[in-house]
Amino acid sequence: MDWVNTIVQGVLLGGLYAMFATGLSLMFGIMRLVNIAHGDFIVLASYLALVVVTSLGLSPLISLVIVVPLMFVIGYVLQRYLLNKTLGDDILPPLLVTFGMSIILQNVLLEVFSADSQKLSAGDLDIASINVSDQLSVGVMPLIVFISGVAIVGGLQFLFYKTELGRAFRATSDDQDTARLMGVNNSHIFALAMAIAMAVVAIAGVFLAMRTNFDPTVGPARLLYGFEAVIIGGLGSLWGTLAGGIILGVAQAVGAQIDPGWQIMTGHIVFLVILIFRPRGLFPRSVD
Amino acid sequence: MNTQMKTEQFSVVRNTTTSRGAAVVTAMILIALISVPFWAGRADLRMIIEFAYYLSLAQMWNLLAGYAGLVSIGQQAFVGLGGYMLFVLAIYFNVPPIIAVFLSGLIVALFAIPTALTVFRLRGAYFAIGTWVVAEVYRLGFAQVTTLGGGSGQSLPASIVREIGSGRSEREMIIYFTALFIAVASIGLVYWLLRSKHGLSLTAIRDSEAASDSLGVDIFKTKLAVYVISAGITGVVGALIFLQKLRISPDAAFNLQDWTAAVIFIVVIGGIGTIEGPIIGTLIYFILRGVLADYGSVYMIVLGVVAVVMMLKAPQGVWGFLSKKYDLHLFPVHRRLKAKDELE
Repeated sequence: MDWVNTIVQGVLLGGLYAMFATGLSLMFGIMRLVNIAHGDFIVLASYLALVVVTSLGLSPLISLVIVVPLMFVIGYVLQRYLLNKTLGDDILPPLLVTFGMSIILQNVLLEVFSADSQKLSAGDLDIASINVSDQLSVGVMPLIVFISGVAIVGGLQFLFYKTELGRAFRATSDDQDTARLMGVNNSHIFALAMAIAMAVVAIAGVFLAMRTNFDPTVGPARLLYGFEAVIIGGLGSLWGTLAGGIILGVAQAVGAQIDPGWQIMTGHIVFLVILIFRPRGLFPRSVD
Repeated sequence: MNTQMKTEQFSVVRNTTTSRGAAVVTAMILIALISVPFWAGRADLRMIIEFAYYLSLAQMWNLLAGYAGLVSIGQQAFVGLGGYMLFVLAIYFNVPPIIAVFLSGLIVALFAIPTALTVFRLRGAYFAIGTWVVAEVYRLGFAQVTTLGGGSGQSLPASIVREIGSGRSEREMIIYFTALFIAVASIGLVYWLLRSKHGLSLTAIRDSEAASDSLGVDIFKTKLAVYVISAGITGVVGALIFLQKLRISPDAAFNLQDWTAAVIFIVVIGGIGTIEGPIIGTLIYFILRGVLADYGSVYMIVLGVVAVVMMLKAPQGVWGFLSKKYDLHLFPVHRRLKAKDELE
């Protein structure tokens, strides 16, 4: 029964990791951009939520109403006026510019908020749980995070394949020049994609802040979890990314069950093993 | 010019007047540096040692990213491994510390082979993040080894410290000369590599993988060799760093900001893909850090902003800009065509 509990908690944790990963997957899928600062933007969203909660006295979940649009705008401006300039055949500019942003963000957060670790309290929600059986109880908060993760993946899947904007995204991703000929404004489309990715980042950041402690240095680890989920799931598949997040979450939970010091390590090792035996991930879609 | 020039009328030259002048200046600087421990203070010595290891790390990262197209953000893996190997060799195998520094590099190079075979499955930006994951695995792994101090680390025992040299000034002098040797050797190695046949295949791979593949360059082997060599030297530098610090912990040894971020900024600001760039970049790094010493982590923010602006506005870096403008080449690695009659 211990193990059932471990796996259930791991699956729920995986929902959060999938949320970290979908933003990353979206950026790579549409503009072939790997954002090294992704994790630091998640933490930035956590701090924005902290500021909103402490200054306006709102509950963390309500803070989403402010943080999500804010990150959406930040994403749009960032892509339109900075990151679009780095895109091209050479992988070096986007990689090094986002890496630079990552280090800048970490140090700015450190200067502004200090190295103290923070957490957002959602009051009763923090400890509320549902008893499934005598030995198995599921926390309400992790469950909300997981369901949100699944909903985000489902929503993006719908956006991608069933809407006009999704068609523009896919067209630009497939062939930039032809898309432009068809009247698509590429730099606007890329900026919109980044804005949507950042909106997901905002949700992930707020949930991260509600689930665990955070400080300015935890961003890079979130990038790595998101990245591992994307690679495990296979590039270009959003449902694969969700599966990748869940596999990573379960791996970490099982590792922690064996020895608490091994939680993160087990996740990395499972990732590396999958990379060695299935370099294209478990559910690859795109061939490139 | 005659359109039907024959090949005999041309010859390939590498040296330029400036590069010959630079060789003389380099020799003079080197002699000056050798004399430093005999008259300078301890603080100056420490700074030059630090300068030497940042310069070596920058040369190695530049060899990877600037020449082989392997953008790694996980070089802290090899700095940390090198440091830990020094402690293991010196404490458990009684290897004399200075010999252990170089032996550590060899062991790190061996570790780099399976590492490469794993991360080489990822390309481009994904390769970069993959190297970072590996560095994290090493960090978390060493934190679990209780005989090496676990998460809190350990100090080098006093008996081993005395093995480096009997007195403090003697120890510092020995570490200084080792650092100087490593810095000169790493520049020398990159220079030699680029002038050799391997240098041609490297630049060919960087410019076009497909084209160099079709011309018979073994891309995988070349990249693997460069990755392993640069890991080995990075390991030697890591061992030296922790021989100077006398204390190691997983967080200090596998530190991304100190051993990779700063190094990447150095190379990007100085000029990626040149030997001169990392030298200029290291100078700028030390000046910036000195000026902003009283403001905590602000220098990292400034350095990051300068690097990002540089990448956007002048991706060839300070040296790239200067060498283009004034046609300067201090290290003659380029092959140029010159007509025979021009040579005389």
